[in-house]
Amino acid sequence: MAKQFLKGNEAVVKGAILAGCRAYYGYPITPASEIAHAAAMYMPLAGGTFVQAESEVAAINMVYGASSAGERVMTASSGPGISLKQEGVSYCAGAELPCVIVDVVRGGPGLGNIAPEQSDYNQVVKGGGHGNYKVLVLAPNSVQEMCDFGMLAFDLADKYRNPVYVLSDGFIGQMMEPVEFPEPVITIPEKAWAIKGNDETSNNLITSIDLDPDDLERHNQKLQQKYAIIEEQEQRAEEYRTDDAEIVLIGYGIISRIIQTVVDELREKGVKAGMLRPITLFPFPKKALEKLTETTKFFLTVEMSNGQLVDDVRLLVEGRKPVHLYTRMGGNVPSTKEIHDEVMKLMRLS
Amino acid sequence: MNTILKKSSSFFDVYERRPGSDKLTTTYCPGCGHGVLHKLIAEALEDFGVRDKTIFISPVGCSVFAYYYFHTGNVQVAHGRAPAAATGIKRAHPGSIVISYQGDGDLAAIGTAEIIHAANRGEGITVFFVNNAVYGMTGGQMAPTTLIGQKTMTTPRGRTVENEGYPIRMSEIIATLDAPVFVERVMIGDTKSTMHTRQTVRKALKLQIEKNGFSFIEVLAACPSQLKMTPSRSKLWVKEVLEKYFPLGVCKDISIEFEGRKFARKDVKNDELHDILDLETAQVDLEKISQFQDKPINEEIKVAGFGGQGVLSLGTVLSEMGMRHNYEVSWLPSYGPEMRGGTANCSVKISKKKIGSPLVANPTILIAMNRPSLDKFENDVISGGLIIYDDSLIDRKPVRDDVDIIPIPATKLADELGNTKTANMVIVGALIEYKDLMSQKVVLESLGDVLKRKNLVELNQKAILRGAEFIKNLKK
Repeated sequence: MAKQFLKGNEAVVKGAILAGCRAYYGYPITPASEIAHAAAMYMPLAGGTFVQAESEVAAINMVYGASSAGERVMTASSGPGISLKQEGVSYCAGAELPCVIVDVVRGGPGLGNIAPEQSDYNQVVKGGGHGNYKVLVLAPNSVQEMCDFGMLAFDLADKYRNPVYVLSDGFIGQMMEPVEFPEPVITIPEKAWAIKGNDETSNNLITSIDLDPDDLERHNQKLQQKYAIIEEQEQRAEEYRTDDAEIVLIGYGIISRIIQTVVDELREKGVKAGMLRPITLFPFPKKALEKLTETTKFFLTVEMSNGQLVDDVRLLVEGRKPVHLYTRMGGNVPSTKEIHDEVMKLMRLS
Repeated sequence: MNTILKKSSSFFDVYERRPGSDKLTTTYCPGCGHGVLHKLIAEALEDFGVRDKTIFISPVGCSVFAYYYFHTGNVQVAHGRAPAAATGIKRAHPGSIVISYQGDGDLAAIGTAEIIHAANRGEGITVFFVNNAVYGMTGGQMAPTTLIGQKTMTTPRGRTVENEGYPIRMSEIIATLDAPVFVERVMIGDTKSTMHTRQTVRKALKLQIEKNGFSFIEVLAACPSQLKMTPSRSKLWVKEVLEKYFPLGVCKDISIEFEGRKFARKDVKNDELHDILDLETAQVDLEKISQFQDKPINEEIKVAGFGGQGVLSLGTVLSEMGMRHNYEVSWLPSYGPEMRGGTANCSVKISKKKIGSPLVANPTILIAMNRPSLDKFENDVISGGLIIYDDSLIDRKPVRDDVDIIPIPATKLADELGNTKTANMVIVGALIEYKDLMSQKVVLESLGDVLKRKNLVELNQKAILRGAEFIKNLKK
């Protein structure tokens, strides 16, 4: 059980390199900058490329180029930078280019602050840029998962030829925890569609333009079919003490760790509480939520955003059970006590 | 011997990608410069034998469909971003020939940052910049190179200096940078200028093939449709009007002395990654920590002080040592401007149980290394908790009477050891002794793995022992 103690922002880079990523293009921003620092340190040593781009926009377009060329490539940023990247992500989705984007979310809107929030949920999980596209979103809740999801993201990206986000926050990025490193990926899938500067690929084309409405509609339908397969096959969630739970707390990322503690405290008091933690945010873990909707008395969604997550929960629960919301914003992270108190208040009311 | 005159093999024979029934002609208008420049590029690629190695990047604008024609690898990119995409492509395949082809709106307006910085990095690519002083495909709006007085859809009364500023001379700007190897402005006007353009195109591509050098070729060309002129009249306009503001010629040429740009990529084997990524992990020696295996430890520690006192590393050392005792551990810094503003603090959790939030709001242990930290966090400590403070720096006593309080002159003791900066390790030694958190032996043994500055390990070991000794004397 040998482990290394390191930052989330560093773990995601080591995971990515173990997954065969050899190119990083990014722009510094707090609290994501250590990702660029680690990439600058390790990418060249691992035989790869690191470029500090002139802007977030340039960075995502360098990613577009590298992905066109068949590389496993990544970038990272935080809220304001992700907003700037959105056009490029739309192009990647349209041209079906695999890439990995890490978002270490900070407080917003505007310049906001650098403390953790989850307020990028909508701009990441809902696509964010223009057009009918979706991106896979993995939400780690530990430094270990920053490493593990850093690897998994590349497999999913290549499997579906689609951008994949690792949606983190200021705490998960900045904190240090022990990590056990996985073995490096041995084989990366052959990408026959990529442009490699050789005769075999000189008939290949990477583009997202299609002036003919019927052709573009067909392309859109093909994308929707892909997203439907992703929804069917890639839902991931962690359930904690939900077997007989009458109250289910829902939260992802750093919040899931806090509500897991709350669940234990409530159980000690005899309250039948459980936790549903979405690990994939797209695809949303509908199957797990559907099952719990039958058994629980009510849900409490806890998030560090203005009800962005609860919208998805309510959409699926469809009014069959009460879905409550507890939220903190501006970089405040809820304590176990305030969530605990909220549950007790709701129990008195229900 | 008879020569069969046919189009370059760098073009597709039949333009299958072009929608509609016409698969043999281009989408370009009569008199447009794109068709001619495409031909000059295609012929050069064929003559140099690099068609198969070439990756052509199409911009947004009329030449967005260059991939209908070029039988090369083709990547179509977002408006203005061709040099950024080219960077990603060229670095993935350093042996390929990458052409970034852009118009004036694409390159000199929305994509200004990308071209300046790709040029400044000296990427091994060839940039063709078609300047026709107007937006073509978008519908005749002002370009950054539109001339003063020139009427467009967005300068209906003519471009004015007051409202739109002056036309931008990109070649001159690019030529001021150190990295570009060859920068020239040419023209597709009459036969003579086109033949010169042919030579320039070939020189630029050859420079990439032979030396991986960055070149920037600005091509003045006509857009008869948006200039609302006949093809022949528009070419005359390029020659007689446009060229007056954008003088032809070489802006920079260091191609002879340029030694070539090296490629940084190398093959690294998987079994080398362990060392490269510094994946060394800490072993847990169960025998040495056996007496701590069943301790119900659950400490939430806040460490606070001035930047430079080693507050953050005090926290990481405690956490790292906790990890070596099979505890669950987490460390969270106060990050950002606060960190740079003089005070620092971090949250450390050491527990037998899985750790929820890494943030310590109500510490079981407060380590205060300066007065502001004691003032700020004293009231947060839980009842029955512990406050350790450096009484060689803090001029007041804590007022709480429901917590354990240990004053320790850590800085003074560190000074006696010969290095003020070991005050943090004096406190580490004191804390683990007082709370019996960890094996002192394990801590001393693994300090060398944990500290970044290996030359200070021995001194820090002494500091830990000094801290422990202080507590032992206190207990007596």
